[in-house]
Amino acid sequence: MKYALLVWSNLKRKKTRTVLTVLSILVAFLLFGLLGAIRQSFSQGVDVAGVDRLIVRHKVTLAQLLPSAYEARIEQITGVEEAVAQTWFGGIYQKPSNFFAQLPVEPAEFLDMYPEILLSDEERDTWLRTRTGAIAGRSIAERFGWSIGDRIPINATIWTRKDGSQTWDFELVGIYDGAKKGTDETQFLFHYDYFDEGRRFGQGMIGWYVVRIADPERAAEVSAMIDSEFANSPTETKSEPEGAFLQAFANQIGDVGFIMTSIVAAVFFTILLVAGNTMAYAVRERTNELAVLKAIGFTDRGVLGLVLAESFVLVIIGGGAGLALAWLLVSLGDPTNGMLPSYFIPTRDMVIGVVLIFVMAFVAGILPAVQAGRLRVADALRR
Amino acid sequence: MNETVEDGAVSGLVAVRGVDKVFKRGSEEIHVLGGLDLDIPEGEFLALMGPSGSGKSTLLNLIGGLDRPSQGTIEVADERIDNLSNRKLAAWRARHIGLVFQFYNLMPVLSARRNVELPLLLTHLSRSERRKRAEIALDIVGLSHRMSHFPRTLSGGEQQRVGIARAIVTDPTLLLCDEPTGDLDRTSSGEILDLLQALNREQGKTIVMVTHDMHAAERASRTLFLDKGRLSLEPSV
Ligand SMILES: Nc1ncnc2c1ncn2[C@@H]1O[C@H](COP(=O)(O)OP(=O)(O)OP(=O)(O)O)[C@@H](O)[C@H]1O
Ligand SMILES: [Mg+2]
Repeated sequence: MKYALLVWSNLKRKKTRTVLTVLSILVAFLLFGLLGAIRQSFSQGVDVAGVDRLIVRHKVTLAQLLPSAYEARIEQITGVEEAVAQTWFGGIYQKPSNFFAQLPVEPAEFLDMYPEILLSDEERDTWLRTRTGAIAGRSIAERFGWSIGDRIPINATIWTRKDGSQTWDFELVGIYDGAKKGTDETQFLFHYDYFDEGRRFGQGMIGWYVVRIADPERAAEVSAMIDSEFANSPTETKSEPEGAFLQAFANQIGDVGFIMTSIVAAVFFTILLVAGNTMAYAVRERTNELAVLKAIGFTDRGVLGLVLAESFVLVIIGGGAGLALAWLLVSLGDPTNGMLPSYFIPTRDMVIGVVLIFVMAFVAGILPAVQAGRLRVADALRR
Repeated sequence: MNETVEDGAVSGLVAVRGVDKVFKRGSEEIHVLGGLDLDIPEGEFLALMGPSGSGKSTLLNLIGGLDRPSQGTIEVADERIDNLSNRKLAAWRARHIGLVFQFYNLMPVLSARRNVELPLLLTHLSRSERRKRAEIALDIVGLSHRMSHFPRTLSGGEQQRVGIARAIVTDPTLLLCDEPTGDLDRTSSGEILDLLQALNREQGKTIVMVTHDMHAAERASRTLFLDKGRLSLEPSV
């Protein structure tokens, strides 16, 4: 601690340079944090996917439907506890840019399948009783200013009604919260019965099944059994764990994670050069002073430590402030005002960020520090 | 037995024996010191003179443990220092040597007091004790009123006094000064020399001072001339 003042005074020596370096490091870590939150949002659900859930869909594409009669047959298979049908409604609320998922489901089964969807008992009962009733996640309810009892009209893009109209009316009877941080709070869920009776075509057909299995260890085995149950039928299936399904879905948008990792890596490399350069200059222009420290009796290792400590202070201040600022900005809320299903910096990314701070501090400082440690006093004093 | 040791301690604080110093510059070898012997008794104020490039700084560096001889031995206070490792030598310097440089070599980012305190960071002294000793050292050199000033706001003479305070704050065995007045005007030089003389006479400090200035050398108790790698009592013509 007694050397703190020495380290600190040296950083204050070239204030502009120190501030600029700290700012570059800050920006890099800010970017790292923000991109972490966005990437998390794109791969949303993958981390919180139930390990005991499978998705069963049409073998060819998700766009092709499956018979609702499959539900009973899937539930017959050993290892399967429960199957719930879901269908992509793909409607528009007010304008096309108001994107969110709408899914017709069997309410009781659905809530049972997703314990992470938290709904009060009262709202649950009302939903089960109300044929045109729908529930919405907290995030979209806030985004559109919905409250319980509101009438929500949604225009179908696929599912025309029997009378030829496109508008489906729903009554909002509940607003759910996510039990986990990554739980999707942008879904809009309504009765399958209301949907099936109201649609002009496709009766008895659903989009995909979510299947809960007894033993997550046997996911592959159960998946294979389900698929073989429907093999050689006109509609064959493809089953996979929920996490893999969501990952594949996220990958359709492009490998966002990879793109972001590449950007961050490039930025970090640049900043590493900036920080390394600052440290190299800090040593070069102080050769004489470092020699004096050694003449006074500081050891080679002591001088090496002082220089390395400077690098750590520089990067910890910049990186720490960057991560903190990212955290603050992200906690202020989703910049798209609710378009992202979830928006937060995963703990794992924060931990990686902290590790990166230490790695960067070390890498930027170690060469100049070693150079300073190797200075031969008598030679350096002559310069 | 005891008497012999005491006699030895009194007669020679520094014993340089058969010291060669060769620098290599590329393929060229520069023989700076050759077979040099020197004894410095405790309490002496020795002035070293000689032409530029004769090796005065080199000799001072060897005695101060900043460099090692190519040949020969150096003993200070009955301890061989020519064969110590870098780390041991650093610790030895911290304990035994106070250095005063021509261009002061103060840390520009630290106040006068913090500069003087610097060598004490290597000791186990508490914060308040370090502070107290730094203040005493600054008082000795007559700079108590400039304690919180930064080097750039001090005159050359004042900076050199801070340099001397830094050199004496650990109460070193030996005070080594390389042209301490080389960068100062007459008045400031006089003050610095008064100070060194007082340290020698009143506190019994052993001082080795390199200088180009005859007047400065006159303040010393003995003057030696270095030329062509050897020491003599008279300047060579
Ligand atoms: N580290 C070194 N590497 C190479 N040559 C050196 C080194 N140190 C000193 N020398 C050479 O040794 C000789 C003596 O140098 P030194 O600095 O000891 O002289 P000096 O008597 O102190 O001179 P001045 O009065 O100019 O300070 C010079 O020729 C110098 O170039
Ligand atoms: Mg010299």
